[in-house]
Amino acid sequence: MRIHADQEKCCGAGSCVLAAPDVFDQRDEDGIVVVLDAEPPAGLHDAVREAVAICPAAAISVSD
Amino acid sequence: MHHRGNGAASRLWKDSRMTTAQRPQEATVAHPDSLAIPAARAAGCPFDPAPGVDRARREEPVTRATLWDDSPVWLVTRHEDVRTVLGDPRFSADATRPGFPFLTAGVRELAIKSPSFIRQDDPEHARVRRMLTADFMVKKVAAMRPEVQRIADDLLDAMTDGKNSADLVTEFALPLPSLVICLLLGVPYDDHAFFQEHSQTLLSLRSSTEEIRHSSDELLAFMTRLAETKRQQPDDGIFSRLVARGELGDAEIASLGRLLLIAGHETTANMTSLSTLALLRNPDQLARLRKDPSLVKGAVEELLRYLTIVHIGVPRVATEDMTVGGRTIPAGEGVLCTINTANRDEDVFPAGDTLDVGRDARRHVAFGYGVHQCLGQPLARLELEIAIETLLRRLPDLRLDVPFEEIPFRHDMGIYGVHALPVAW
Ligand code: HEM
Ligand code: SF4
Repeated sequence: MRIHADQEKCCGAGSCVLAAPDVFDQRDEDGIVVVLDAEPPAGLHDAVREAVAICPAAAISVSD
Repeated sequence: MHHRGNGAASRLWKDSRMTTAQRPQEATVAHPDSLAIPAARAAGCPFDPAPGVDRARREEPVTRATLWDDSPVWLVTRHEDVRTVLGDPRFSADATRPGFPFLTAGVRELAIKSPSFIRQDDPEHARVRRMLTADFMVKKVAAMRPEVQRIADDLLDAMTDGKNSADLVTEFALPLPSLVICLLLGVPYDDHAFFQEHSQTLLSLRSSTEEIRHSSDELLAFMTRLAETKRQQPDDGIFSRLVARGELGDAEIASLGRLLLIAGHETTANMTSLSTLALLRNPDQLARLRKDPSLVKGAVEELLRYLTIVHIGVPRVATEDMTVGGRTIPAGEGVLCTINTANRDEDVFPAGDTLDVGRDARRHVAFGYGVHQCLGQPLARLELEIAIETLLRRLPDLRLDVPFEEIPFRHDMGIYGVHALPVAW
């Protein structure tokens, strides 16, 4: 799994951080998404998919 | 300064009872076009969406209704369709566009005369939102936990001191988020009676345009004076830093400060008291939480879903002809996304009308969806988690102090909840 996060689209509400705290964080200066682990281990894939599903700005996508 | 004084809470309570009694208990939908918004909830089902709107979700999910001034509006009632509309910038949040739907004349006055970014589109919206996202991001809010916990404990200490009954709204649910947002913004809490009072007027569906104008002006003048104070004596609160940036005009600063102050206390306050009431009415769910406090985080999501206090709808206007749920919404027509019915959609939440604190409710749209999704949601979540956990832990015998039928629900307000919640322990 490879994660792409679009920092232009992100509106910084932090849902991804709640869903997958080991994978996503927010930039200190403006709260915009940062990907901590762009190729997370399989154990985190479900959490990442949940983050994709709830991101209000459709800013996160995954590819294989 | 205009104060209605301490009698206001009890007056609101009395007024709201009158309205409920005078109101037809169920809106009829003989013809879907005749569904009047806001539609009344069914008698005896104060936690459920209005039957007319909920029926639309099942039978005609994108449907026509009418507003207070007889203008037509599209209701979008299902989860998937709500996400489609709120996630698409071609549905505009700009309240100055012709066709934008308003719940009352007063709401229109407010949104047009003193707009803030909640009713603007990108790029103007994003410009302001990005000045605030860092202050409300998850880790920033998480660092406030000890402070919020202390406030919750202090309030409960005072509430329970030598007493065994109280109004939970005035003693706990309202002061908790008010104290927190004052601290964050840098607004003196001493002014709470003033801003709570005027917030109530702005959120009441029964306020006249004159009343709205008056309360709006009072709050804007208050924020303008505060901006001046912060210019003289800066601090590290959000409001002072917004002023210091120098990127926003005086009018913009005042309406933004007002938005943050109102959104920051009214919403969480109502969620706290309504959640407490919903748990007291569902003793099996309450018992599960008491037994296993680790469920509280998930329960907060479920309560947000089940109660959806932004209960009338999230407004947008189509800027192009759009197809939603198989129907065409023509350019220039208004839309209300009824997030309360979307949050009961069985396609996403099986047995959606049941409160189940163990369910995974994270896909709810109680905070909206799209780029306007609630900026304060990490803060709201923290406050609700602490409020509920602390209440249950410290008051093992918590119960209603009046018959359920006497609880004054906020049918008359833009944000749902209860005007008062008499409890004993
Ligand atoms: C349980 C509590 C809360 C609920 C249910 C709630 C709900 C909502 C909803 C539904 C929206 C979207 C409006 C739209 O799309 O037109 C929204 C936006 C907003 N909320 Fe909240 N809210 C809550 C707490 C808070 C708190 C504590 C704050 C703190 C300041 C806050 C600040 C805002 C702001 C500034 C916006 C506008 C965001 C934008 O347009 O980009 N809210 N809220
Ligand atoms: S959930 Fe989406 S919008 Fe929110 S912070 Fe994460 S990437 Fe940004």
